[in-house]
Amino acid sequence: MLTALIAIPAVGALLVALLPKGRDALAKQVALGVTLVVAVLSIVMAVQFDPNGKRFQFTEKYWWIKQFGVHYAVGVDGVALVLILLSTILVPLVVLASWNDADRSGGVDAPPKRSVKTYFALLLALEAMMVGVFAATDVFLFYVFFEAMLIPVYFIIGSYGGPQRSYAAVKFLLYSLFGGLLMLAAVIGLYVVSANAGHGTFLFDELRAPEILHHISPTTAKWLFLGFFIAFAIKAPLVPFHTWLPDAAGQAPAGAAVLIVGVLDKVGTFGMLRFCLELFPGASKWFTPVVLTLSVIGIVYGAVLAIGQVDIKRLIAYTSVSHFGFITLGIFAMTSSGQSGATLYMVNHGFSTGALFLLAGFMISRRGSARIDAYGGVQKVAPLLAGTFLVAGLSGLSLPGLSSFVSEFMVLVGTFSRYKVPAVIATVGIILAAIYILWMYQRTMNGPTAEAVKGMKDLSKRELIVVAPIIAIIVALGFYPKPVLDAINPSVKQTLIQVHQQDPKPTVAEKGSHQ
Amino acid sequence: MTTMNAVLAAGGPELHPQAAEGVQSVAWLLIALPLAGAAILLLSGRRTDKWGHLLGTAMSLGAFVVGVLAFFQMLGQHADGRSRLVHLFPFISAGSLKVDMNLLVDPLSISFVLLITGVGSLIHIYSIGYMSHDPDRRRFFAYLNLFVAAMLLLVLADNYVGLYIGWEGVGLASYLLIGFWQHKPSAATAAKKAFIVNRVGDFGLSVAIMVMFATFGSLSYQDVFGQASQASQGTITAIGLLLLLGACGKSAQLPLQSWLLDAMEGPTPVSALIHAATMVTAGVYLIVRSHAIYELSPDARLLVTIVGVATLLAGAIIGCAKDDIKKALAGSTMSQIGYMVLAAGLGRPGYVFAIAHLIAHGFFKAGMFLGAGSVMHAMNDDVNMRKFGGLRKVMPITFATFGLGYLAIIGFPGLSGWWTKDGIIDAAFEKGGTSGQILGWLALIGAGITAYYMSRLMFMTFFGEPRWDEDVHPHESPKVMTVPLILLAIGSVAGGAFLILGDRFAKFLAPVVGEPEASHRLITPYTAIVFALMVVGVGLAYVQYLRRPVPRTAPAGNPAVTFARKDLYGDALNESLLMRPGQWLTRLTVFFDNRGVDGVVNGLAAFIGGTSGRVRRVQTGFVRSYALSMFVGAALVVGALFLVRI
Repeated sequence: MLTALIAIPAVGALLVALLPKGRDALAKQVALGVTLVVAVLSIVMAVQFDPNGKRFQFTEKYWWIKQFGVHYAVGVDGVALVLILLSTILVPLVVLASWNDADRSGGVDAPPKRSVKTYFALLLALEAMMVGVFAATDVFLFYVFFEAMLIPVYFIIGSYGGPQRSYAAVKFLLYSLFGGLLMLAAVIGLYVVSANAGHGTFLFDELRAPEILHHISPTTAKWLFLGFFIAFAIKAPLVPFHTWLPDAAGQAPAGAAVLIVGVLDKVGTFGMLRFCLELFPGASKWFTPVVLTLSVIGIVYGAVLAIGQVDIKRLIAYTSVSHFGFITLGIFAMTSSGQSGATLYMVNHGFSTGALFLLAGFMISRRGSARIDAYGGVQKVAPLLAGTFLVAGLSGLSLPGLSSFVSEFMVLVGTFSRYKVPAVIATVGIILAAIYILWMYQRTMNGPTAEAVKGMKDLSKRELIVVAPIIAIIVALGFYPKPVLDAINPSVKQTLIQVHQQDPKPTVAEKGSHQ
Repeated sequence: MTTMNAVLAAGGPELHPQAAEGVQSVAWLLIALPLAGAAILLLSGRRTDKWGHLLGTAMSLGAFVVGVLAFFQMLGQHADGRSRLVHLFPFISAGSLKVDMNLLVDPLSISFVLLITGVGSLIHIYSIGYMSHDPDRRRFFAYLNLFVAAMLLLVLADNYVGLYIGWEGVGLASYLLIGFWQHKPSAATAAKKAFIVNRVGDFGLSVAIMVMFATFGSLSYQDVFGQASQASQGTITAIGLLLLLGACGKSAQLPLQSWLLDAMEGPTPVSALIHAATMVTAGVYLIVRSHAIYELSPDARLLVTIVGVATLLAGAIIGCAKDDIKKALAGSTMSQIGYMVLAAGLGRPGYVFAIAHLIAHGFFKAGMFLGAGSVMHAMNDDVNMRKFGGLRKVMPITFATFGLGYLAIIGFPGLSGWWTKDGIIDAAFEKGGTSGQILGWLALIGAGITAYYMSRLMFMTFFGEPRWDEDVHPHESPKVMTVPLILLAIGSVAGGAFLILGDRFAKFLAPVVGEPEASHRLITPYTAIVFALMVVGVGLAYVQYLRRPVPRTAPAGNPAVTFARKDLYGDALNESLLMRPGQWLTRLTVFFDNRGVDGVVNGLAAFIGGTSGRVRRVQTGFVRSYALSMFVGAALVVGALFLVRI
């Protein structure tokens, strides 16, 4: 099943790339068809997934490079499952949203484009790798997908991005390569450690087993943890590794920005939860104060930066820096509410930021500028665009009733029960979020309609079909997050057992037990 | 856990509600009906423009009918069995955190349900007329429905998370409705300001919820209140103060009051419903609902009373200086909610009067706001009272209903405000000690100022010579607007007596907030003083605004007047203390991030690469370089690992 989910888009990518020149329409249709098939298959998989069953389901395992103990091993737990679903649902919407992005010519922000079919082939290739990276249960295979993802993203930004695309693309690449290098070293280190323990392996299940864990000296564990963690912190991104994100997201075409911020970055936080915590429980606890500090700084710092932005896409990117602070805070709070909340946050953030980027992209494609002050009074001429943008924005500021609230609430409550001060500082983020979202909304959508905006068309049918499902998901998960939480909770429980952490007891109950 | 709670809860019957039956078991309809209305109106687009307002009104009326039926069912139940739980669905669950979506139908929540749906429905009906010329009337009704749904969730939730969802939901509706005419920059700014200032309060409420979960391991009222006595004094006081911060935001109490006056940018029915009758009283609800917390913390209670008294005076002073009829009423709303907060802080003797005054205020203030809307209609949407005058002859129904509301708010004997406000003043003195004396006298002075500013408003609008603009031809409003005015006026007249006589409301609320020790005295030692101060206030206004002609432009005024006109410099304070420094901080941070963090990284990259040209070469030959650097890096690490012999 999982192999099919990886192979179908990969084959689709090849197919699209091999289409004869000039068959752009066909390329788009094939891409959409393939991603829809993948979406349906992944939903079927989600339905079959048994939250109370074994941790990893739909597992497959074959030797890949026997000499080095490398397997092709895939499988999903609840966390990986919901992240795969997030990816496979977003990709067809992104394909549909980017329908005309690659063949638009002229305009200030639209320099000459490369071939249309390549763009869609790259999107398909990216989808294959995104599914792969979440599904891999062999650390080396994970690493391969982790690094391979760079290639399509690099070309998408570099060839189809805004005016500063090549700067943004190189910056993205250098940051990621640096992180990837550290991770590769740590991956090899892990193999050496396991070989020294008598059984060289890259399999996640074997690496997290006590016989190998106990074999790693605390110092080594800290170094290996850092190798993984820095790679993930760059990807996530955590302050101070964040400066590539606004450039990449600001320059990438809107659809690709959705995938970069909505999905790719989640690989970082997913990696922290899955690999950092479970493979190096001791080191994770040792580094917790540092990570919590960086998270809290990220929440406030990212939000303040978002308030000060003049470019819509960069603003959304900085809000994500702030949101990723919440996610890492929840992961390292080491409580079930914090970690389940953080995982749910990954999903919710993907959808709400995805919707924001898509809608911002629709608006920018009409006006040809991403600057906030190029707009004003859009609500009057394009009420649907403004209305959906507001809903997505409100989810971004975690309004109750919309999905992000549930996850932010869980993260904060879960963090507070163990770390009071970081949770309280993080809560300041809810005030700052209101400022950056509503101020942007006011400057673009409210007030008298700007001259340049007067002829702006409202959302087309195609655009409405793209955002409607996302908005529906945002509202549905805001009121009924249970199905997702049911899938996530058992996996998080495993993680917490692995790091030997239990939820703090309520102080009243503790007092009772002392008496 | 459950058994422990049951044992702990034995102190009060309200702590273990039974499952709801009959109409009460479908109490979710109360929320679902207006929510469905909002969804249909928003999703259907222009197709429902023709009848959308009727659907919205019907949904609100439907909720009212359900509320009335549930209320009568409750009256048929024994006093100990009036708290009923409606299980809806599990909401959040992770580890020990479990939050269920349940509704609690009890005397306190049903009082609010009747107020919200009753006054809310009247305002829906009024808006059919008031908004009849607005091209976006459908959207207006959608937002009103959304508000009613959220407000009902706020008061019906059986836990703090549900309350919080409703709390933010009404904030959203308020944001959307203040900014309803969002093409006006002032409206858009006011909407944003209201939301952000409210979020400061929400910060308090959020942290309070975190403390409660860390302390009690649950967020349902039942568990929190049941175990409250076991928590440390410091924790309880902290929760009380944090909840108070939340209440200050939503109820426009000092120091978070500044948004309410700006909120008058919204259409007048919104000011009546949200910014007078219901939403702004949510803070009072929060404090009274959390009485189990406040009863354990005298410090938190004291601060509640201080906030209440300070705001009741501040609001009254602002009300004296405004020429904008809506802003004068908004200052008055602040002030009246100050009375309610004061009462809520006084503990058991005050709860009943807090809620009774809240309900009475809901009637007379909503009535007066709608009356102001009727006047504005007649005056081509002008709000400047200096250009009104003599309207009693041309708008007899508006004048009569407004006049009854006026008599009710200044505490004319026998009308609603007299019963409820005098009760609050009496309860403040009853608190005893120096603090009781101070609170009581300040509340008394506030009553005098109330009589003054309300008379000023009344005289400037309805009495004296007309000072109308040339093109203004005032007329009475249509029936669809005056009938709600009449119904609200009836409430303003009779509501107080109905609630207070025979301790009717005290007995009704007793299962939730406990019974006051003594039954309420109708005539207290202070009755005469309150009356005298009222007469002085009215007389002063008479001399200034009826005996003498009112100038069409505001006179310059002394520093005290300017102080009041500028809302006691609340905005100036916020601007210089928060906004300006905030803007500088933002600019500095952006600069730092671009030049500092990013600059270092770029510099580092250039340093490693030698020149930017080299960076470009890395780009072109990146596959090769990458492979090489991967190999070198890996080799280094493997070598190092073997060297240190792990």
